[in-house]
Amino acid sequence: MKDGTMDSDKKYWLDDPRNVNKIVYTLYAVCALLVLGDLLYHKHVHFEFEYWFGFAGFFGFIACVALVLAARLLRVVLKREEDYYDL
Amino acid sequence: MIYSVPPGMFLILGALLIPFLRGRVRSTALLLLPILSALHLLAFVSVPAVTHYSLHVFGYELTPTHIDGLSLVWGYIFHIAAFVSALYSLHVKDAVQHVSGLIYMGAAIGAVFAGDLITLFVYWELTAVSSVFLIWASRTERSYRAGMRYLLVQVGSGVLLLSGILFHFRDTGSLAFDSAFRELLPTGEGLYVGLNSPGTILIFIAFGIKAAFPLLHNWLSDAYPEATPTGTVVLSAFTTKLAIYALARGFPGTEILIYIGAVMTAFPIFFAVIENDLRRVLAYSLNNQLGFMVVGIGIGTSLSLNGTAAHAFAHILYKALLFMSMGAVLMRTGTIKGSELGGLYKSMPWTAGFCIVGAASISAFPLFSGFVTKSLILTAAAQEHHTVVWLVLLFASAGVFHHSGIKIPYFAFFAHDSGTRVKEAPWNMLVAMGIAATLCILIGIVPGPLYSILPYQNVVVEHVTISILDHHIYTTTHVITQLQLLLFSALAFTVLNRWKVGGAAIYPPELPSVNLDTDWMYRRLFLRAKGQSLSPVERMHALLGRMRAAVDALVASLLSQSQNMVRHFLGPHGMLPRTWSISAKAACAVLLLTGYLVLYYVYL
Repeated sequence: MKDGTMDSDKKYWLDDPRNVNKIVYTLYAVCALLVLGDLLYHKHVHFEFEYWFGFAGFFGFIACVALVLAARLLRVVLKREEDYYDL
Repeated sequence: MIYSVPPGMFLILGALLIPFLRGRVRSTALLLLPILSALHLLAFVSVPAVTHYSLHVFGYELTPTHIDGLSLVWGYIFHIAAFVSALYSLHVKDAVQHVSGLIYMGAAIGAVFAGDLITLFVYWELTAVSSVFLIWASRTERSYRAGMRYLLVQVGSGVLLLSGILFHFRDTGSLAFDSAFRELLPTGEGLYVGLNSPGTILIFIAFGIKAAFPLLHNWLSDAYPEATPTGTVVLSAFTTKLAIYALARGFPGTEILIYIGAVMTAFPIFFAVIENDLRRVLAYSLNNQLGFMVVGIGIGTSLSLNGTAAHAFAHILYKALLFMSMGAVLMRTGTIKGSELGGLYKSMPWTAGFCIVGAASISAFPLFSGFVTKSLILTAAAQEHHTVVWLVLLFASAGVFHHSGIKIPYFAFFAHDSGTRVKEAPWNMLVAMGIAATLCILIGIVPGPLYSILPYQNVVVEHVTISILDHHIYTTTHVITQLQLLLFSALAFTVLNRWKVGGAAIYPPELPSVNLDTDWMYRRLFLRAKGQSLSPVERMHALLGRMRAAVDALVASLLSQSQNMVRHFLGPHGMLPRTWSISAKAACAVLLLTGYLVLYYVYL
């Protein structure tokens, strides 16, 4: 660990882009399974709209995309140089 | 004898010994003090008759110790946090940080057991004054200024609290801050009779400042990231949760809190997504988590108040854990900017692992602490038919996973390898993180012990009163819907990061930048009018010059209308010679003090 050059030469499992892809495809698969899981059990939820097929999943996805797009817009207005306040 | 010492006092008095101790003796003392203080608290709990201690000062009854179910939840978690943060900062040589940290923690513990408003006020101010040294201990110009702004906001909160207490005392003749402060229904449902007088409104605003209500929030994200790596951990646990406690005791069931809380959960996450300083990202997500607790207080049912208490308990642990992991990164690499970090899992694997546990807990993944606490609040919101608020909370739940659960570990430990190779965090930091991580997982898997210390042991779920221990969190529906929500948020993060438009990912990259927040108003708006680069002395001169000009103008206009003016103000029926009521005078004094504070703040 102390020898920086040795350490950075070591190849980690995540250094290979193919392995990163494996993780991403696993995520896609798990998401698909979770939505399909809605068909397999009877939901006990409070609101009517929660009974919609895959409600939580789609809500989460749309919420996050909206969040990121809004934050990008916000950055246009709010972003300043790092030393902005250091008069 | 031991029962006349209020909880937390061991930490405050013990802190005064620290500067005289060296080496191992000091380390032992730092670890023993929270344990001693915890044993002291347990001594009260073991004798159920001793839950109240009062004394008379100048004819007023003060109650330094009042112990009940609500204050005990905070008492327990504050002691756990005190021990973990003492362990985490064990390697720090700087006595200032240890002393101020211990006094701050002791004051926060004392405050939650305060049975009257005056005692609360004293501890309230003590937490403010002691904690600012954790920010100043960074010993940079930046931290000095941030600390000054922080101190003024905190002391301002104290001034408002004291004014509110005086009004409240005049109205009711009572200084009590226990169950007498509100009326309790026999079922344990909180029913607060207040926010109906100037006194209670001032107290409410004072609590709101410390709880970082929207637009009053900005001291938090301004100051916390400027403290030392260890100091931020201590700060994150106490001040805001003390305010949540005070709101839960004083204002349960106050409807406006539901909406304040909902806004609080949602708006900080937009800032968190584009923030580059990872400790500031955590400060924004801290603010977002407080929102959930505030909603719980606003709903004010036994289930929602339990949810607030449980969530505060879990939150202190996972938030401290996240700040600890980022503190370790800052200490080892010298930076905490997302744009300069990445790939650290290779050299700090343990820290990375603990950070992921904290991230999973704050995101409320099943089997982690946030899942079993936050859902109490969401269930309560649904039961009371707050549909829009519930949807906002769901949005915030997805958002918190997005910016805190993924962004923090991803940009610090993974993403693009920055090439930085450092040593793993020191052993005391790792053990402290390990304890917090273990507790996060234990609470998630076995929620029973936490539920058994919640203030209301019976809750109403779907019109049926059940024991809180029989409230099952791990139902198929709940687990599946929560996993859907979270993994689809992760999906959004992945897609937006990998999907390139014009060669750049849609996800906003980490950039060296600052983002404007409400502090812009007093840090820039007022200053810019006077030119770009003025020294404090020049600013003072400019201020004095403008003030003199204003006074000159005022005098001139007064003289020009002298006759009428003099008669109006000083004549037999004029404004000034009239006998004013005490309350009007008090209001004037408060106004004057507040104005002075604002002026001082602006021109700092």
